[in-house]
Amino acid sequence: MEATGFDTWVLSLAVFLPLVGALVMMVIPKAYEAEMKLVALGSSLAALAVGVYLAFQFDYGAAGNLQFVVDKGWIDVINSRYIVGLDGLSLPLLLLSLVVVPLCLIYSWNHVPEPGNTKAFFILLLILSTGMNGTFVSQDMILFFVFFEVVLLPMYFLIGVWGGEERRYASLKFFLYTLFGSALMIISFLALFFLSKDSSGELLHTFDMRVLSDVAGVGIVKSTQVWIFAGLFMGFGIKVPMFPFHTWLPDAHTQAPTVGSVILAAVLLKLGTYGFVRIAIPFLPEGAIAWAPWIGLLAVIGIIYGALACLAQTDMKRLIAFSSVAHMGFVMLGISTLTDFGINAAVFGMIAHGLITGMLFFVAGSVKERFHTLEISRLGGLLKSVPRMGWILGFASMASLGLPGLAGFWGEFPAILSAYNPGAGLPEETFRTYMVIAALGTVLAAGYLLWLYQRTAFGEPPEEFADYEIDDVNRFEWIAWTPFLVGILLFGIWPNLIFNVTDDVVTGITASVEAIATGR
Amino acid sequence: MWMLENAFLIPLVPAISFVVILFFGKRFIGANRVHIVGITALGLVWVLSAVAAFQWTQRVENPSPDAIVEMATHGGDHGDDHDADHGDDHDADLAVVSTDHSGGEHGGGHSSPLIGPVISTFSQWWSNGGIEFAVGTLVDGLTVLLLIVVASISLLVHIYSTEYVKDDRRYVHYYAFLSLFTAAMLFFVMAQNIVQLIVGWELVGVCSFVLIGHWWEEKPNTDAALKAFLTNRVGDIGLLVGMIVLWGTFQTFDIDAINTLISADPGAHHLALLVAACCLMAAVASKSGQFPLHTWLPDAMAGPTPVSALIHAATMVVAGVYMIARLYPVFYEGLSIGTSSINLMAFIGGFTALIGAGLAFAQWDIKKVLAYSTVSQLGYMVMALGVGAWTAAIFHLFTHAFFKACLFLGAGSVSHAAHHTFDMRKMGGLKKAMPHTYRTFVIASLALAGIFPFAGFWSKDEILLGSLVGQKNSYPLMLIFGCAVAFMTAAYMTRVIWYTFHGEFRGHGQPHESPKMMTVPLWILAGMAVLGGVFNLPGPVLEPFGLEGLAHRIQTYAEPSVYLSGLGISHPDPSLNMALVGLALAVSGILVTYLYYWRRIGLHGLTERNSYAKNGYTFLENKYYLDHLYNDVIVKTVKRPIANWANRVNQNVLDRAVDKAGETARDTGRWIYKWVDQGVIDGSVNAAARGADSSGEGLRVIQSGKVQNYGQLLFGSAAVLAIVFVIVV
Repeated sequence: MEATGFDTWVLSLAVFLPLVGALVMMVIPKAYEAEMKLVALGSSLAALAVGVYLAFQFDYGAAGNLQFVVDKGWIDVINSRYIVGLDGLSLPLLLLSLVVVPLCLIYSWNHVPEPGNTKAFFILLLILSTGMNGTFVSQDMILFFVFFEVVLLPMYFLIGVWGGEERRYASLKFFLYTLFGSALMIISFLALFFLSKDSSGELLHTFDMRVLSDVAGVGIVKSTQVWIFAGLFMGFGIKVPMFPFHTWLPDAHTQAPTVGSVILAAVLLKLGTYGFVRIAIPFLPEGAIAWAPWIGLLAVIGIIYGALACLAQTDMKRLIAFSSVAHMGFVMLGISTLTDFGINAAVFGMIAHGLITGMLFFVAGSVKERFHTLEISRLGGLLKSVPRMGWILGFASMASLGLPGLAGFWGEFPAILSAYNPGAGLPEETFRTYMVIAALGTVLAAGYLLWLYQRTAFGEPPEEFADYEIDDVNRFEWIAWTPFLVGILLFGIWPNLIFNVTDDVVTGITASVEAIATGR
Repeated sequence: MWMLENAFLIPLVPAISFVVILFFGKRFIGANRVHIVGITALGLVWVLSAVAAFQWTQRVENPSPDAIVEMATHGGDHGDDHDADHGDDHDADLAVVSTDHSGGEHGGGHSSPLIGPVISTFSQWWSNGGIEFAVGTLVDGLTVLLLIVVASISLLVHIYSTEYVKDDRRYVHYYAFLSLFTAAMLFFVMAQNIVQLIVGWELVGVCSFVLIGHWWEEKPNTDAALKAFLTNRVGDIGLLVGMIVLWGTFQTFDIDAINTLISADPGAHHLALLVAACCLMAAVASKSGQFPLHTWLPDAMAGPTPVSALIHAATMVVAGVYMIARLYPVFYEGLSIGTSSINLMAFIGGFTALIGAGLAFAQWDIKKVLAYSTVSQLGYMVMALGVGAWTAAIFHLFTHAFFKACLFLGAGSVSHAAHHTFDMRKMGGLKKAMPHTYRTFVIASLALAGIFPFAGFWSKDEILLGSLVGQKNSYPLMLIFGCAVAFMTAAYMTRVIWYTFHGEFRGHGQPHESPKMMTVPLWILAGMAVLGGVFNLPGPVLEPFGLEGLAHRIQTYAEPSVYLSGLGISHPDPSLNMALVGLALAVSGILVTYLYYWRRIGLHGLTERNSYAKNGYTFLENKYYLDHLYNDVIVKTVKRPIANWANRVNQNVLDRAVDKAGETARDTGRWIYKWVDQGVIDGSVNAAARGADSSGEGLRVIQSGKVQNYGQLLFGSAAVLAIVFVIVV
């Protein structure tokens, strides 16, 4: 569906407005700090406004189709085109990305972490924003790859410059590890470019994701599909991150400045899972079927292993980081079942995890700022010293452990459920075993989160902080956090707000996978 | 039948009350007056529930054509039924449908018509795979019975709490979460589908967590709260898996549909139902305090006493019993209740009843005695369901809620008066000082012990009778357990009364009677402890008065015969002999204890003299060592060695491998640059080396330099991999 008029460039506007803001900021002299901040916030809010406009103009009846499509020539020599479009899978993730960035700007408004330099910090956040937005709407693999990589550099600098004591090690590890995955991913993209055929056996030589999704790997023999899928798996799986490729994550999260952690958890990890749903599975259904039991295995290992690692942590932020490994395990379990139930749950889980874990990192950052430590054993009595923050931590913890009525539940329960009846061609007993193991993970999740809460929030505040006058949640924090809190509650009570949007796309994907699996 | 169709309003009221109290309570109402909001809301809930109950009895007494469910083989004119019920006073989205039970193979033969539940749904809740899942309410006799129980106890607890937690440090939060709990519990009992059951189940659990940990400054309280939540989570594995198995088997979450499908074809899906029933039993064990997951319930007494009365005696802990009753066809068929003479549910229930009663003897904390008594009585209910006595279980749920709440609130009253202690060794002789508390406590104890004509007598008798008769076979072991528990219950309650109210006062200060706000609820509950039995009296008792029409009201109104008739569940005829035996056991329990304490007759000091008795007592005192097993063995192992091991693997194996890979890549790069192409060694390599060793200064420049170099290396190695890849492919 080709768009017309204003709709032809409105999606690009949402993607590039933050970049424009960044460019404007570059030419403003450092002395005009207030103006600069306004430009940053203004451009990200303008992008958000465009996002809201898109959400209102979006035809939910046809959520399975790409809308606001633009298809223009770009790099003609390799037949790569500038194609962007929005469907029910992209829309919620784009909105998540558009919402998170201005909130991070507001949170950092008056306290950019050491060593300061608001200008550079905000510019990086804006570039990051463009990269994330672009990834979610790209419909050309090269374009996707460019945006996917654009995200890396700003995050590298955010961690490497504004991070904690081990920032250089952590940032380098983050950068190289994900770059390593990207290298394998681009090879797989090239393989797809060279090997894809249409139904008549003609070589396509295209990066157009719409076309590749339609042909669904027809013409690529299964053994080749398995290899190409492996490359994609490395690219996306490291980003998710899946066990055992997760080790960059705790370091990156622990060292990153607060908003870096928030964006990392809320959006960046989703680039990986999004890639699975958008590219790996629909392009290579047979490869996906061959890999699915192994992905499921790694997912449930991640659930248990991440939870166990959480139990051993002494640092609050590192604990939350490991909890991401466990939660993304649920998302990947849902995806690995190749069922509409599982993938819908996975997409819901992405949003929910983004909001919940983002919120937890916000709280961790604010705790660190006030108490100058995140050692769990040194904290305590948050409910007494900073009662509102204590309540928010409790709320987010409850959401994180999957309490029904809050968003986390709707990512977990249908994902576990989907493993009972995995998609066609997948071993039922294996996935039912995964189901039980994943259900076990919910107990461990409650364990580490409530132990964290008991040690940090309950009880009396430790004596070393007794003399401090510590402020509770301040105005900037309220503005930045309220949308997260509202989202967690709203999506928990009325999950159809997301399911309804994603369902069409997901059923389309699973239907085509099933058609391949059953040989129709 | 407006109230039945719009039952969602009932949980909505306390939900609003929660929001109002929590967010506006302190500022607009006044911190010490928020109870007004809570009590008003609960009053309204009670009225609405009463209206619903009345309308339900009307539906049963004078069923309109659309309320009657045809169980004939021919579907009948169901289309008409729908039209009749699709009232035009509803929004387009809110569709009210009568149940459509077609395809049943059980012909007539029922003297009374089968009354279908009232189901209202709002089908925008969630969707997946092109299927829309509704949120809605299912209201039938069981639901309205629970509505009445929850609304009544909650209202009385709200009133009682105005004095009990007066001037509490978190009065607002206390009332807010009482409201939220009530809302969650009401939502739970009118769940239309099993996802709603799960939601309600967990929400009441989290309210219980918050209220147990109400005084979270003290570590024991938060420990108890965590233990409650985590133990329940363990059971929740069973809940999730069991519900998923049900979904997988029937491809629907709809409770009505699941029950109807099973009842229409009881023999089918036996294995799936067995698995589901066993999984769900784990959930019941945690929520309803059944062996082996009952250990959290006594610890939960760390919460304020009115909370114990409401949540941990009368309402939340019966959620498991309610779930079994709600999904009874699943359990009945899955566990073969109709044909066996012992099954998992009956055994767990009976065994729990026994060990709970045993533990109640070894406690000095009055609340813990009552907690173990609750465990034991819940075991009774589960056992009743396990032997096929559905009505007996629900009848006991009903009577138990009132007299046990009365006992808990009585214990609270005692502690309120006697320096906030629950240790019975510091009580004694309170009979004179607290006449109202004493009398209500004795009445409720008699009800619990099952003395004629108090409420507990009637319901306990039905359970014993149910075990005696069973369905196809009797349940002899359950009958023995049940009789033993009847004796023990009477005995331990007599012990409590002795230590608390008789003898010499052993505490400090001057004990005094509690204020009216506390004693009035006690008397109301005591009244129900006396009269609760009338709701399900057996026919022969009423015949002499010409009131046979009032017999078995709970059976008539609450039993979902629309689901149960297909299973062929029968009701035993009342038996005078069984009633006399049960009564004799209870009386002898009281008598023996009376002689032991009041008259000092019996084996005093046995535990000091006899090593077997001493060991047995120690075993009881340590609660069968289950807590040691859970805390010291299982939890500590997971928390410490296993978690630490996982962490070490992470740091030393996985992470080390990554670092090593990075170092190797760097070394390889150095080696290539140095030896393969020496001429090309230029500043960039040196910069990379310097970068690796440099410390801190010129941070960004050096770092970006590093990235370039490592990036080059990485792309180099990726290119090598690419070549391998292409060759392999």
